Amino acid sequence: MANDNKPLSPHLQVYRPQVTSVLSITHRMTGMVLVLAALLLTYWLASAAYGPEAFGRAQVVLESWFGRLVLFGFTFSLFYHLLNGLRHLGWDMGWGFELRTLRLTGVLVVIGAIALTFISWFWAYGHVGKL
Amino acid sequence: MVETTTQKRQLRSNLSRVRGLGSTREGVHHWWAQRMSAVALLPLSMWFVYSLITLTGADYQSFHAWVSEFGNSVFLVLLIVTLFHHAQLGVTVVIEDYVHSEAVKMAMIMIVKYGSMLFMASSIFAVLKISLAG
Repeated sequence: MANDNKPLSPHLQVYRPQVTSVLSITHRMTGMVLVLAALLLTYWLASAAYGPEAFGRAQVVLESWFGRLVLFGFTFSLFYHLLNGLRHLGWDMGWGFELRTLRLTGVLVVIGAIALTFISWFWAYGHVGKL
Repeated sequence: MVETTTQKRQLRSNLSRVRGLGSTREGVHHWWAQRMSAVALLPLSMWFVYSLITLTGADYQSFHAWVSEFGNSVFLVLLIVTLFHHAQLGVTVVIEDYVHSEAVKMAMIMIVKYGSMLFMASSIFAVLKISLAG
């Protein structure tokens, strides 16, 4: 390697947590959580391709209380990462850098992610009721 | 663009000097690829969440019927390709930021890149197997 001493991100403990920094690291953490969700997607599709027994086993796991808890976490992670991703795309276009706007959009992302997560789950349960 | 006298005297263009820079010597390619896949994932992930909601409680037969529909198969494959590409780009940055040993870093990035291809291929094959089985 030409240069092994490239500057790295500062350690999290160095600065006092702020809305901006907490939301930033949450974006990363939800991204990592969504990697696990992607692996679960592969397992789910593969089980459906494998046969009814394998798919049935996958559904039992996913429909258990633990499975639902994990899926609920995945749902929140997805909406948070998606909405905060929009915030990132805004910054890429040079929009929203003022401290006031930063905090406002940050709070909106958190509220929006929680709201969309609950709406999705209520909608899904409502859908089961109609089956 | 304002050019200083030192820049004017240099034979190499600004573009030439900026190309190949960055922590992984690939300029803005990684950044751009992450944004491109992010924008594509906005509608794809919304479609997927909507689909999961409508599929809640679906049994094996109805799930197979859903995957087999032409549009659903195509969107699933697009989602899988974009999702694993985007994920792999993101995990690579995290490894670059937090893993300080150069050898471990390289090994982990290789595992992530090859691993994402493995899971991408497996997911696509699963969709095709369900879809083409009729």
